[in-house]
Amino acid sequence: MPTVVLSSGSASLSLTGGVTEFEVEATTFRRLILELEKRFPGLGTQVEESMAVAIDGEIFQDAYSAELRPGSEIVLIPKIGGG
Amino acid sequence: MNYISSDLKVVGTRPIRPDGVDKVTGRAVFAADTRASGMLWGKILRSPHAHARIVSIDTSKAEALKGVYAVVTSKDFPEIASEEAFVGEGPMNFRDLSDNIMARGKALYEGHAIAAVAATTAALADEALALIDVTYDVLPHVIDVDEAMQPGAPVLHADMFTAGVNPKPATASNIAKVVTFKKGDIDAGFAEAEVIFEDSYTTKPVHQAYIEPHACLATYAPDGQVTIHASSQGHFMIRAYTAKLLGIDMAQIRVNPAEIGGGFGGKTLIYLEPVAVALSRKSGRSVKMQMTREEVFRGSGPTSGASVTVKLGAKKDGTIVAAQQVLKFQAGAYAGSPVGPGAMCGLAMYDIANVDVVGYDVVSNRPKVAAYRAPGAPISSFAVECAVDDLARKLGMDPLVLREKNAVVNGSKTHYGPTHTNIGFTQVLEATRAHPHWKAPLAEGHGRGLAVGFWFNIGGESSATVHINEDGTVMVATGSPDIGGSRASMGMMAAEVLGIPVSKVKAIVADTASIGFTFLTGGSRVTFATGMAVTQASEKVVDQLKARAAATWDIPVDAVEWKDGKAYPAGTNAGAFEPLDLAAIALKQGRTGGPINAEVSVNAQGAGAGFGAHICDVAVDKETGKVDIVRYTAIQDVGKAIHPSYVEGQIQGGAAQGIGWALSEEYIYNAKGQMDNPGFLDYRCPVASDLPMIEAVLVEVPNPRHPFGARGVGEVPIVPPMAAISNAIKGAIGLRMPDLPMSPPKVRAAIDAG
Repeated sequence: MPTVVLSSGSASLSLTGGVTEFEVEATTFRRLILELEKRFPGLGTQVEESMAVAIDGEIFQDAYSAELRPGSEIVLIPKIGGG
Repeated sequence: MNYISSDLKVVGTRPIRPDGVDKVTGRAVFAADTRASGMLWGKILRSPHAHARIVSIDTSKAEALKGVYAVVTSKDFPEIASEEAFVGEGPMNFRDLSDNIMARGKALYEGHAIAAVAATTAALADEALALIDVTYDVLPHVIDVDEAMQPGAPVLHADMFTAGVNPKPATASNIAKVVTFKKGDIDAGFAEAEVIFEDSYTTKPVHQAYIEPHACLATYAPDGQVTIHASSQGHFMIRAYTAKLLGIDMAQIRVNPAEIGGGFGGKTLIYLEPVAVALSRKSGRSVKMQMTREEVFRGSGPTSGASVTVKLGAKKDGTIVAAQQVLKFQAGAYAGSPVGPGAMCGLAMYDIANVDVVGYDVVSNRPKVAAYRAPGAPISSFAVECAVDDLARKLGMDPLVLREKNAVVNGSKTHYGPTHTNIGFTQVLEATRAHPHWKAPLAEGHGRGLAVGFWFNIGGESSATVHINEDGTVMVATGSPDIGGSRASMGMMAAEVLGIPVSKVKAIVADTASIGFTFLTGGSRVTFATGMAVTQASEKVVDQLKARAAATWDIPVDAVEWKDGKAYPAGTNAGAFEPLDLAAIALKQGRTGGPINAEVSVNAQGAGAGFGAHICDVAVDKETGKVDIVRYTAIQDVGKAIHPSYVEGQIQGGAAQGIGWALSEEYIYNAKGQMDNPGFLDYRCPVASDLPMIEAVLVEVPNPRHPFGARGVGEVPIVPPMAAISNAIKGAIGLRMPDLPMSPPKVRAAIDAG
């Protein structure tokens, strides 16, 4: 199963009760969001609205279909803009 | 298809820019050039106070003035609930945005919009503004970020409780949010360190200083249809914000992108458009609005000023084993500074085992900040890169060697989580070491500084259409406003795929009713993401061209190949046909199946991160404290330069803006919290005569996620300049200048203090 790592600071940690790393059964980013919401109410919504995800090092933004592989490392980070 | 290893004929060349003639002859139509029959002039009344409760607004005298057709205040805009949005370049709360364009209840900064009028002439509108009677209850204000964080500071928002801390605070404060990034064990890291360096730094808010002030022309028709002409970095962004702030369906709003005279992130927010639409709705006439330069400074967003501390720990061999950073960013009057990316970018160039970064998003009585090239990164990197240089001195190491020793490579895990992939930082440092500037002897009294920088770059949603005209020329339309040469690069990528000269391709920016949704131009995303859409649309057109040739020759389509703008039989078995060029196929497109065109929309992922290194030589006049840049070289991994001249221009422009940030630009506030220098005479941007030729060195490490290998290039070049210059000044006079701008009075004072 992919492993989710919270790296976005304490805003998300308050939703997970301080848990920083956990496994989630998901094969796509969308499924990941749904699973996060189910396990930690509010986290899936927060990820969807204001966060990006790094899957095995590559940053994805707003990409429901991004694939997760068994053993993938998923890092949740703030969404990135620019100037 | 991937063209990275192809023999490219158009991409990588330097055709004459397609917008050049219009711009140098004055024919280009900017928003301020637009007119409508019977239009009115809209003007905004702005708060003279930095912080005040609005007790009452009496508009009766203004409304009674002949020639005034409408007056609006916040009562003319729907109250909007707090709702986070990511329509622009950073997180934005719709309620705050509504409040920012027209103050509701309180004025939160000098220049905050209080009311607006529409009148037959601009002079009459000004006269009407003077007749509006506003009663204020002036409140204590706070400008400085450190002061705004103190207990007892005037609180701007009674409902602001710091997010990101647990438990939630019981009292309101000006600290909107705390962000933290941790890696490893910071205490163990510093315990392991043999040399520790620590210092504090400050930066001032600086404006993007685009030469074209904000402007728009809006028409609210009797049937509710809205047309807007505006200068922005995203006309879809204008549509979304205007629809939300006025409660209008998006389908009723059509936004036409005007030519843009600079944005640099500052035009990823809106200020005028909903006000102009509200005035038009009330008056029944078209309304034009145009900020003065003074309004741009007082009423639109600069980037944050900040207070930053950095602590680095290293082994004697130069291995940095611990890094700690605290960033306090001014957000302006509403939450949403770029402290998040600042916290991620400052140390992203280094592979450090133990990192602890804390960032504070702090409101104060200044205009709401807006994005500015690589938002947050220049501030954070100024502090880190000064500290790295001083750490090198403490270690007795060459500053480039220290950076090489600790530089991230593919596979390095960042302190904010992701792992660097497909990066070219090593190649940038190699190019830096090999560059003649790095080895050139320094003149007596001169100093040389080096600094490096990072930006993520982004992708996102883009749409493009490619049409084949009847004569074989090609139209490319995208939804990306052209602020950095995207019409040229889009046309070149289409020409490359189609195999025709770029002179046969015309690229335009289509309005919101004429092209699919496209996220705004920012984050250095357009060449990457919109370029991907254009490439894919062009490939679909090539498929159609092959099919039309196959139909003409009456052979299977897979027996046709496309090369250099012509269809060929794929082999001798396919038949002995003369090649058909694009023009020949276009001429008969009606007969062979109808118009040939394709539209592609993408949500592009895989934007390759960018790294740069800047070398700067300065001369310091010890009598006046004036710093002159005598030589400047900017080296950057650009992936693949689609049009190298534009890429060099982006790098030179970013460096020039960074030089202004370093040496001369700042907001000066008086005791009443009013800006004392809202004009280019006193807010000193560097001009051509202040600068040497900035040499841009393009390092090309292709991004495998883009068909031509492109990376964004517009953000990175503003990241290193401030530290490179501070490091150069230290080399010249032996003194660290930790506070920006390093203006003559400050440098002279530092020299005097020794």
